[in-house]
Amino acid sequence: MEALKEELKSKIIEQLNLEDVSVDEIADDDPLFGEGLGLDSIDALELIVMLDKDYGIKLADPKEGKKIFESIGTMADYITLHKTK
Amino acid sequence: MKPVYINSVASISAQRTFDNSVFLDDIIAYTDNVIRVVDPNYKEFIPPAAARRMAKGIKMGVTASKIALQEAGLENVDAIITGTGLGCIADSEKFVSSIIDDNEEYLTPTSFIQSTHNTVAGQIALGIGCKGYNFTYVHSSISFESALLDAKLQLENEEAQNILVGGVDELADHHIKIHKLVNHIKVDVVNSKGLLESGTEGAVFGEGASFFMLSNEKRENTYAEVLDVTTYNSLSEQELPNTLRSFLQENNLEIADVDIVVMGNNGDVNYDKYYDTLSHELLKNTSQTYYKHLCGEFNTASSFGTWMAAKMIKTQHVPKAIKLRGVQPSEIRTVLLYNQYRGENHSLVLLRRC
Repeated sequence: MEALKEELKSKIIEQLNLEDVSVDEIADDDPLFGEGLGLDSIDALELIVMLDKDYGIKLADPKEGKKIFESIGTMADYITLHKTK
Repeated sequence: MKPVYINSVASISAQRTFDNSVFLDDIIAYTDNVIRVVDPNYKEFIPPAAARRMAKGIKMGVTASKIALQEAGLENVDAIITGTGLGCIADSEKFVSSIIDDNEEYLTPTSFIQSTHNTVAGQIALGIGCKGYNFTYVHSSISFESALLDAKLQLENEEAQNILVGGVDELADHHIKIHKLVNHIKVDVVNSKGLLESGTEGAVFGEGASFFMLSNEKRENTYAEVLDVTTYNSLSEQELPNTLRSFLQENNLEIADVDIVVMGNNGDVNYDKYYDTLSHELLKNTSQTYYKHLCGEFNTASSFGTWMAAKMIKTQHVPKAIKLRGVQPSEIRTVLLYNQYRGENHSLVLLRRC
């Protein structure tokens, strides 16, 4: 689980071009949207594609994303339970 | 009709031109067939949240526009008009590559959103909150001149008072690869100091962004007046001298009235003959300058030439590195710019001291 969290942090930084953020600066329970990392709706789409491409998870209901993408911790939990690759 | 003035300038190029307090004092010489811009610190001009989705071309354009705005002492404008030959080609390449690599699946939105040709003009408008006329001209090597002409017409007719005009193009990997394949980029590397003597086909490719604040009100810091702009999609070497003469006559000028000509020679042995025709005949007694050894060839390289012409008029100085033939005139009053790329899309621009 810890390895997955580190992997997600690296992927988010790279995929979303968070140039001034390092893996160490993201806590597992930091909010990804709003006051935390400050991600927005375009980033949410990028994350949905990342789940599909890297972990084989298709989000049927976009509303699910709100809970899944709350933090690195919630993402890692969801991926662990639902990943197909 | 009102006259049109250049009230501020900004250029990001393969030289350190983003600092307006100097004018090609220290030249960076390159030995290559592709040259890239000297980057300013983009973080000083673009908030990190916005910058993270911007490819190089967008950063160059937005930053150059901000420098031009700052120098003009303006926070907003009536219109933003840009010219670009290839638009945001890096994002276009990224988007199309991901379609191919991922078998038309997993398409992400960012590179698609940023890949339009109007992205630079759009991002400038978003950054300063400009809801006015926003337009981008895409027409090979006359993209910038088309934008300049549009702004000139609007200002002359008092449809606007201040217009931000710029030319921007970026280099991208696939773009370089295919232009090398067809020898539009020189096969061998060339030292920029000897570009015009290379004797080979193709050009040294470059990138850059040059922006100008155009206004129908003259200010204390005005650089020059834009007298005329014209473009031709096709023009033969034989037609060129008479076309140039007619262009000057329309502005009540003769060859002898031109103090300096700024030419777009790029060292391509197949197409520099257009410039050579002028250089050795019609304009043989005119002081001649060139610039593509400093910035490389790209569709809006002529915006760098226009930046250079405006700076020469304002400073009354011709930097050593751009002198081609002739001696510097005692006064730089009228400057003529001529450019073409691969024998097509020719432009003539006239600037005058004011």
